[in-house]
Amino acid sequence: MNQYEPVIGLEVHVELNTKSKMFSGSSADYFSKEPNSCTDPTNLGLPGSLPYINEQAIEDCMKIGLALNCQIADVSRFERKNYFYPDLPKGYQISQYRWPLCKNGWLEVEDKDGNVTKIRINRVHQEEDTGKLTHTDGQTLIDFNRSSVPLVEIVSEPDFHDSSQVRDYAKKLQQIFRYLGVSNADMERGDMRLEANVSVRKIGETELPNYRIELKNINSFRFMVAAIEYEIKRQIEALEKGEKLTQETRGWNENKKETFLQRSKEEAHDYRYFPDPDLPEIRMEESRVKSLESGMPELPEAKVKRFISDYGISKANAQILVDSKELANYFEKTVEDGKDIGVSPTDIANYIINRKVNIDEVKPKQVVEEIANRKVGVVEDEGEIEKVVDEVLMENEKSVDDYKNGKTNAIQSLIGGVMRKTGGKVNIETVRRVLQEKLES
Amino acid sequence: MKLTSDQVKHTAKLAKLPLTEEQIEVYAEQISRILDYIDQLNKVGTEGVEPTFNVTGSFNVMKKDEVTKNLTQDAALQNASSKNNHFFVTKGVFENE
Amino acid sequence: MNDITGLTLIETLKALEEKKFSSEELNKAYLERIEKINPRLNIFLEIKKNPQNMPAAIKDIICTQNIRTTAGSKILSNFVPPYSATVIDRLKEKGIGIIGKTNLDEFAMGSSGENSAYGPTKNPWNETKVPGGSSSGSAAAVAADLCTFALGTDTGGSIRQPASLCGVVGLKPSYGRVPRYGAIAMASSLDQIGPITKSVADARLVLEWISGPDGKDSNCVDPASCKVTPCAARGCLAGVRVGVPREYFGKGLDKGVEKVIREAIKKLEELGAEIVEVSLPHTEYAVAAYYIIMSSEVSSNMAKFDGIRFGSGREDFGPEVKRRIMLGTFALSTGYYDDYFAKAAEVRTLIKQDFEKAFEKCEVIVGPVSPTVAWNLGEKIEDPLTMYLSDVYTIPASLAGIPGLSVPCGFSDGLPVGLQILGKYLDEETILNIGEIYEQSTDWHNKKPDLGKEA
Repeated sequence: MNQYEPVIGLEVHVELNTKSKMFSGSSADYFSKEPNSCTDPTNLGLPGSLPYINEQAIEDCMKIGLALNCQIADVSRFERKNYFYPDLPKGYQISQYRWPLCKNGWLEVEDKDGNVTKIRINRVHQEEDTGKLTHTDGQTLIDFNRSSVPLVEIVSEPDFHDSSQVRDYAKKLQQIFRYLGVSNADMERGDMRLEANVSVRKIGETELPNYRIELKNINSFRFMVAAIEYEIKRQIEALEKGEKLTQETRGWNENKKETFLQRSKEEAHDYRYFPDPDLPEIRMEESRVKSLESGMPELPEAKVKRFISDYGISKANAQILVDSKELANYFEKTVEDGKDIGVSPTDIANYIINRKVNIDEVKPKQVVEEIANRKVGVVEDEGEIEKVVDEVLMENEKSVDDYKNGKTNAIQSLIGGVMRKTGGKVNIETVRRVLQEKLES
Repeated sequence: MKLTSDQVKHTAKLAKLPLTEEQIEVYAEQISRILDYIDQLNKVGTEGVEPTFNVTGSFNVMKKDEVTKNLTQDAALQNASSKNNHFFVTKGVFENE
Repeated sequence: MNDITGLTLIETLKALEEKKFSSEELNKAYLERIEKINPRLNIFLEIKKNPQNMPAAIKDIICTQNIRTTAGSKILSNFVPPYSATVIDRLKEKGIGIIGKTNLDEFAMGSSGENSAYGPTKNPWNETKVPGGSSSGSAAAVAADLCTFALGTDTGGSIRQPASLCGVVGLKPSYGRVPRYGAIAMASSLDQIGPITKSVADARLVLEWISGPDGKDSNCVDPASCKVTPCAARGCLAGVRVGVPREYFGKGLDKGVEKVIREAIKKLEELGAEIVEVSLPHTEYAVAAYYIIMSSEVSSNMAKFDGIRFGSGREDFGPEVKRRIMLGTFALSTGYYDDYFAKAAEVRTLIKQDFEKAFEKCEVIVGPVSPTVAWNLGEKIEDPLTMYLSDVYTIPASLAGIPGLSVPCGFSDGLPVGLQILGKYLDEETILNIGEIYEQSTDWHNKKPDLGKEA
């Protein structure tokens, strides 16, 4: 069974969180709104309506492209992808095919053994979402609120060879979207959607297999990994039996833990792409790309490297801490607060990760104090603490004066002084109480 | 170029046009004639000629990301042939997309 | 007050200002005339019951809020748009009212007006003849004095050709001058809304009213270039170079029409213009390129008609619409894009360059609008290719995006002939000025069809 190698490519769709639609002015904030209440003539595809490009969406798409090391095209065009489906009001989707906005990028992924591989990204292009169908007995209900919400598609080359790489890639993309602030990238809500093209070939072969199975409509990373693993096995078994595999689209049945056929090759589309005559082309000057690039936040990959080198924490911890921009910022704020009282970044990293600190509720200062208090060999004798407090009070007249003049914040630096003198081996609350008693007496 | 009736049928399917056998015959003949006429384009040398998709020469025409106005639900649905609780309705499609 | 309906738009504005008659009297006069004449000519698909303000006729492919808009198709027989086209909003601001929506070839696809699902419009000059198309009702309405002016749309000649065949003024503006928002798209890279009027000065005024970006049509160009100023020196064309393309006088051009056009050119020369021969060598490929580009865009634009959000089912498209959808769908399908669409887009560049080169030698280009005068109803309907070829002189300017004006310049076999004046991109000013000087030094625009005693 081991003489086969999977060949996997990924198409990722991400819905942008712009205020208005991709090509018109109605609200793009459609989630849980009344059906057909966020529409206008353009995204309903009414006769006579016309599209107008949303600049924010184009910038967001370029940011994603830049984050994925793509080239931004000098000339880019929107095209029409023609097909009929009740959720597609115009009978075509405005998308990009021959002239995508961003192309030839890459992203490094890690497999389960920690091996790093560069996945080539063919393109990052801009398009629009469809409406939403609800199937009830014999009828299909259509809500066009989601119609024409900006959607970015990221198409990889078939460079993945196992499901753990796919998982890492998807996670990293999700992180990037969130760092850039371009999408919530929530899989369950459908902000982010994955499609995998899976086939297998004999090890040693270099040509792409002459078929591929598209896995679609799978709304979690976990299910996608399971579906890919199932497919690899199913395909190898089929080939071993001498069966011929052909192009088809399959979905994932979580109850049965197996993939199932959705559409076969005979129903393949002919999209008849051509440049959308309603939309002038996009020409990106280098200066504009540069200024966009310089305004981008530090991305997870760079942050991990910096955390390791600046704070001396482990790679594993760094990766956990950069999981979200908020957590990474929290960590850095805590490190800053910890400096005064000698609490090390490593201790802070371990504490935040092991205790699963709720960053919305616990203040960085509290974390620092907690860590300080947990130090071994805590001095509990109040007499000894008082002695140190007295010393600190003598040495910090300015802070004492500040405190007495109403700047009660000054107590923080006095606490810090006590912590330093005792190597952090005192209970912060005791120190605070003793200090307050002495200052207010 | 001569279109076969199979090509016409395939094209009608792509275009979602319900055509009768008779119409398919007529269109096969008419469109073949039109395509014969159009084939004279092959006489024009266009090597190195850039295509014209838009005569205005405009580029980067974009709008700010601002919400203008949503249609009311009633206005959105006013021309629908079939509706149900502010949803548009169409006959059942298979959930295969 | 018998002659109210004979006045031009500008004359009517002046008369209203001088209180020679009221807005009510104006509308009453037009409505009465419509009641008498419309049943014979089938010009209007919708007539407003209590029209107010300046009575204009609007081609029924332009969306009007709360007024049924059919595009001449059975598929939209019950469509009431929840919004108005930009041009309608702009006219409203200028005090223009809609007296009715005019008949047309279904979705503007046709050159005779016969492709309407609501029956053909007849030519006011001869009721056995076609009025031209696709703005058949709009041109006939102006010719029969059933409105002060009309709006049409022109994709490959649909304003200029019916204006020519009905003996009125028709202006196709440069592509991008007038916002298309609200005009139901036929071929988006070619469609343009424009005025059909009783005089060239009227066309200039209406153009001013409706021009300029609206933030909805991305292809609409900068307002700075949208001013049209009337010429200062009337009656003289000294210093103007008028180009005459030899390709517009080849085989296929009716002898009678040619004679009238040659005389009009002579008149321009008498007025002081310098006549120069120019060449537009790719003219013979224009119809072929146009039919690929137009039908490809049509096939996509017509896809929104799925009977779900508006309209009835796709079986309700008429034969010409189906034919173009089929042609365009085929041309774009796998394996044919490069041979057809890409090739046609390259030929389009050559046609555009032909004009750019010709305009180095002249300010305007003149020639016939249509190779023949109005033909018999039913004459070409069974032969689509022949019908397509009747647009041979209007299509090149459409592909190049340049403006074109049709001005009445005489009669052949008792039917009107229009002179086509083509200008540089966005230079409507020059063609309107030359058109006006020609018009004012001839009497053709004062000729009216005889619609009998009851009119």
